[in-house]
Amino acid sequence: MKPHRLTFAFQLTVTLLACAFLMVPAGASILAGFTVNYFRGVSSGLTLKWIGEVLALYSDTIALSIAIALGTLGVTLLIGVPAAWALARRPSRLTRLVEEVVTLPVAIPGLALALALILAYGGIREFRMSPLFILTGHVLYTLPFMLRAVMAVLAAVDVRTLEEGAASLGASPLQRFFHVVVPNARGGILAGALMVVTLSIGEFNLTWMLHTPLTKTLPVGLADSYASMRLEIASAYTLVFFVMIVPLLVALQLFGRTVQGAAR
Amino acid sequence: MNRGAAITVASCGKTFADGTRALSPLDLDVRAGETLVLLGPSGCGKTTLLRLIAGLEAPDAGGHIRFDGADVTALPIEKRNVGMVFQSYALFPNMSVIDNVAYGLRVRGMAQAARRAQAAGVLEMMRIGALAQRRIDQLSGGQRQRVALARALAVEPRVILLDEPLTALDAALREHLRGEIDALLKRLAITAIYVTHDQAEALALGDRIVVMRNGAIAQVGTPRDVYFRPADDFVADFVGVTNRLTGTLKNGRFETAAGVVPLPQDLVPPAAPSGPGAVRLLFRPEAARLASPADTPLVFEVVQVEFQGARQKVTLKDPAGARILVEAPADGLLVPGAAVGLILDPARISLA
Repeated sequence: MKPHRLTFAFQLTVTLLACAFLMVPAGASILAGFTVNYFRGVSSGLTLKWIGEVLALYSDTIALSIAIALGTLGVTLLIGVPAAWALARRPSRLTRLVEEVVTLPVAIPGLALALALILAYGGIREFRMSPLFILTGHVLYTLPFMLRAVMAVLAAVDVRTLEEGAASLGASPLQRFFHVVVPNARGGILAGALMVVTLSIGEFNLTWMLHTPLTKTLPVGLADSYASMRLEIASAYTLVFFVMIVPLLVALQLFGRTVQGAAR
Repeated sequence: MNRGAAITVASCGKTFADGTRALSPLDLDVRAGETLVLLGPSGCGKTTLLRLIAGLEAPDAGGHIRFDGADVTALPIEKRNVGMVFQSYALFPNMSVIDNVAYGLRVRGMAQAARRAQAAGVLEMMRIGALAQRRIDQLSGGQRQRVALARALAVEPRVILLDEPLTALDAALREHLRGEIDALLKRLAITAIYVTHDQAEALALGDRIVVMRNGAIAQVGTPRDVYFRPADDFVADFVGVTNRLTGTLKNGRFETAAGVVPLPQDLVPPAAPSGPGAVRLLFRPEAARLASPADTPLVFEVVQVEFQGARQKVTLKDPAGARILVEAPADGLLVPGAAVGLILDPARISLA
C-alpha cells in the first residue's frame, strides 16, 4: 500500500525531529571542543588549542585505554575461543551451566563486579595498583561477548561434524583446532574481537571503581575532566573519544551484516 | 591399493549418557574386502554401530572392536586409519577441493607438492579433476558427494565407512552415484560399511546386508537371502512388498485355502509357528508366475489388474478372502473375476 503523502510527511518530520533531538547535543559538544570560548559562542572563533591541551594532559589515559583494550582482546581470544570450542563440541547440561555462569557478569552491575574484585584481590597491593587489575575486570565483563559470538558461528558451521571429518582423516585434536575450528570460526572471532575492543575502550562503571590515580583510562579521564576542567577541554576530550570509538562501531555494524549474510 | 581389513565387533552395546540404549550388545564379523550394508529404519542403531566401528563413539564396557585381529577399542578415530563419508559430507569450507582431499595426507606430514599430486590423482579417478581449485560452496550436491568420497579414499584407508552418503541427493542422481560407488568399491577391494535406510541401495550395493531393528540385528545375509528368505515379518516388510498365505504343513507340502504348495527339501519350518498348527508362507510379488488353473494346484481369483507397460501388477484373492499381489509379464489379458493358477518359485519362498 502506498502511504498517503501527508502521512509520509508527518512520519518524516517525526523521524527528523527524533534524530535532531539525539544529534544536536552531540553536535553542540563537538562544536564546543573547537570553540575559543563556548559561553561567548562560535563568534569567539574556532581553535585546535583545546585538542592540543587534551593530548598534553590526557594522552596517558588514551594510551592506557588502548593498551588495556588490546590486552583484554588478547586474553579473551586465548580463553574465549578454546572455551567456545569446548562448549560447542559437547553440548550438555554442564556446558549450559558454564555458559550461564560466564554470562553472569553482563547482568551484574559493573560496580558490584568491581567491588567483588576489590574485596577478593584488593589486598594484593602490587596487583591492585597495576593496570592488570582493570584488565581483569574488563576480561570478566567482555568474555561472554567473545564466547557467544564464537559459539554462534561454531553452531552455524556444524563444527562437530567438521571436526569428526578431520579426525577421520587422522588429525589430532590440536590439528583440528587450528586447521578446521579456528579458520571456520573466523567470522565469529572477528565480530567478537571488535565487540571486546569497543566495550573495553568505552567501559566506565567498573573501571571507575577499579582505577587508581595512576591507572586512569580514557572514560575515567573524561569524568575527571568534566568535573574539573573548563567545558571546552572536556568537549575536546569527548571528541578524541568519538574519533576512537566511531570507526570501531561502524566496523562492528558492517561486519555484523556480512557475518549474518554468510551464515544465511 | 592395500587390502581391506577384516573387522570383528564383539558384544558391543551402546548406552548414551542420558540412559538411552541405542544398541544392545551384538556381534558382527565383517570380512576383508566386502561391502557390508547396515539397513534399517531411523533409530534402529545402524549409525551408532557405524560410529562405534569408526571410533567416534566408545562401546559400553565389555565390548571390543578388532581390525584384522588387533583390538582397536581404545583407539580414537584418528588412529584407526578409516575413511569416512558423512551424510552432510563434512567438507571443510575454509579449504579448496584439492586441499580438502589432500588434508589427510597433510596431517600425515606429506610435503605439499607430493600430497597435491596424490590428491589430484584421486580427483581424476573420481572424474572431478576439473574442480580441484573450487571452493566447497561452489559445488553441487553430487560434486560434494564425490569430493567427500575422494577425500576419504585419498589416505588409502583399510576400511571405508559411509553414513547415508546419498540421502541428501535427488533420486536420479542417487541412482547414478550408487552405480559409481558400487563399481569403485568393487575395484578397490576395500572393506566398506555402508549405512542406509533405503532398501534399493542396500540390495544394489551390499555383498551382505545387516538388517537392524531397535538396536539389534534382525538378519544378516546376502541381498538374495534377505529379500527372498527374510528372517521375520519385520525384515520381510522393510525390504519390499511381501505376500503372506496362512495354512498348515502336511507331508512336506503347504496347504492353504487356495490349494497346496510343494515345499523344497531345504526349507526349514519355523521353530515357533505363529499359531497352533498354522504356518505362514511368505513370497515376493515377482516370485510367483501366473498359469492356467489346470496346471497348478494353487488357484486364485483376479481382483484387480494394473497395467504398467512391460509388466502388470495383479491383485488376487483366495477363497478365504486373503489378498496377494503378483507381478507378471503384461502379455496375458486378465479379467477381474477370472480364476488364475499360481506357481511359486521354490527357491524364493519362506515360512514364518
